Amino acid sequence: MTTLGDRVLKVRSKNAGPFWLTVDVFCGDAATYADVVARLRTDRVAAVFALPTQMVRRFDIADLHVIKLSVPRPVVQGAANDRDMHGAQWAHLLAEMPI
Amino acid sequence: MTTRVLVPSGVLGLGFDRAALARGVARAPDIIAIDGGSTDSGPFSLGAGQSKYARAATKSEWRDIMAARAQAGVPLVIGTAGTSGTDACVDWMFDITAEIAAESGTRLRVARLYSSQPAERVVQALSAGRLRALTPAPDISTEGLHAMSNIVALAGAEQVQAALATGADIVICGRTTDTAIIAALPLARGDHPGGAWHGAKIAECGALCSTNPTSGVISVEFDASGFTVEPLAEGAACTPHSVSAHMLYENADPFVLHEPGGHLDVRGASYTALDARRVRVEGSAWVPGPYTVKLEGARIAGFQTTILAVLRDARYVAQARAWVDRLTSYLTQAIAGRMGLAAGSYGLEFRLIGVDGALGALETRAGTPAEVGVLGIVTAPTQDIASEIGKLINPFVLHYPLTDDEELPTFAFPYSPATTDRGPLYEFALNHVMALDDPMAAFRLTVTEVGA
Repeated sequence: MTTLGDRVLKVRSKNAGPFWLTVDVFCGDAATYADVVARLRTDRVAAVFALPTQMVRRFDIADLHVIKLSVPRPVVQGAANDRDMHGAQWAHLLAEMPI
Repeated sequence: MTTRVLVPSGVLGLGFDRAALARGVARAPDIIAIDGGSTDSGPFSLGAGQSKYARAATKSEWRDIMAARAQAGVPLVIGTAGTSGTDACVDWMFDITAEIAAESGTRLRVARLYSSQPAERVVQALSAGRLRALTPAPDISTEGLHAMSNIVALAGAEQVQAALATGADIVICGRTTDTAIIAALPLARGDHPGGAWHGAKIAECGALCSTNPTSGVISVEFDASGFTVEPLAEGAACTPHSVSAHMLYENADPFVLHEPGGHLDVRGASYTALDARRVRVEGSAWVPGPYTVKLEGARIAGFQTTILAVLRDARYVAQARAWVDRLTSYLTQAIAGRMGLAAGSYGLEFRLIGVDGALGALETRAGTPAEVGVLGIVTAPTQDIASEIGKLINPFVLHYPLTDDEELPTFAFPYSPATTDRGPLYEFALNHVMALDDPMAAFRLTVTEVGA
């Protein structure tokens, strides 16, 4: 079973302020980018974060061979139930998603 | 008019390449600008009004940057001083600056731009309909605003320009947008506004926009049609890809950046390599809008005590979740019986490190770890109650059995006492913008002479 992480160079996540999380999928080249853009379903990304699909902001950036996905942070940064202050571990959930 | 801005590093306190800074000074910059903070490490700095970086590290780097300023003979500006840019953080940075000035025998004019907001000002803005919630925003009320330990507004270019106009050698800013300290001078001198904001965004993390991210030092030259960016460390290069990719960083939207008084739109930007290390950017647009400043606020959400036990017994490791569920149910009754506290009046959570410690319910991987760390977190209305609950649960976290009919186990506590009082838990409690008629209406400026 091939995962997103197997297909691309890198999947990175980071806080975009305390209330948003942003995930950058670096495809590396035009062919991989075209392939991954076609395969990656926004509703599947939303499911990984247990969010409705319309909450996912998706930017397909051909010039950079990057797909950017921004979501409201699953937990507000620093709240009592936050487990990852910098939001960098959520990237692994997406990287391990089969596509 | 061309304006050259030298950026020593993405943030004061993380280090930079001294030789590259000297190279930057030799290029005769018009200003040196560095960021001093971020919300990235969480609400503590804002809530407590304290820097997250060591004073010694901050002072050592600031001394070198102040020396570079003296040599260049230009203003030096720091944004979001002391991590969160509260008034207390600005004064902390001012004290460090005054100490260095005295130690080096220099006389300096230091401007302080304060960004902290009295709760009453924000309450009035709320009742006057001058607050707008961003998405997603916590609910706010008059009582909630008064309960905040600190509220800051993010200053833009106008407030930094006002501070520079005092003729100060050094400007210590409270909370500003990351970009404002870099964009302020080029905008004041009439350089291209889209270019000023876009170049500021590219340079605000220092050399992160280059092929050698840890080298720190970046030079940006702004002019009437755009900007040129160049890293100053030996062997570092900016490429159209490294520069344009930086718009992705910590940005929910890679093309639009909101600032006080408008927004930057980079969809029309072109990135051209001038040579192997410099990139030219043109075509970014500044779109003026209503004058609003973003607010950040933090309040105490409780006080915490933690406890950490390590399970190594394979049977307990395999059934760690069932064990903490059984333990939690027992402890909830014990706390109710001995302290008279209902389950909803405090928080008791056990996180399983090695199972789903980082991701919780979203975790999709499962395996058999060698051991499991059980991190117990108590959150209560006062530190005394949190500490007392911590002491009450301590023996059970050490010895509680998986079934009634077995010998009591003993797990590993890594230290004594097993519990740690964490003090207040702060939470971010504002994601709003406040409308201003006059950019300086929510900011204060003071100028002081320091040194010998």
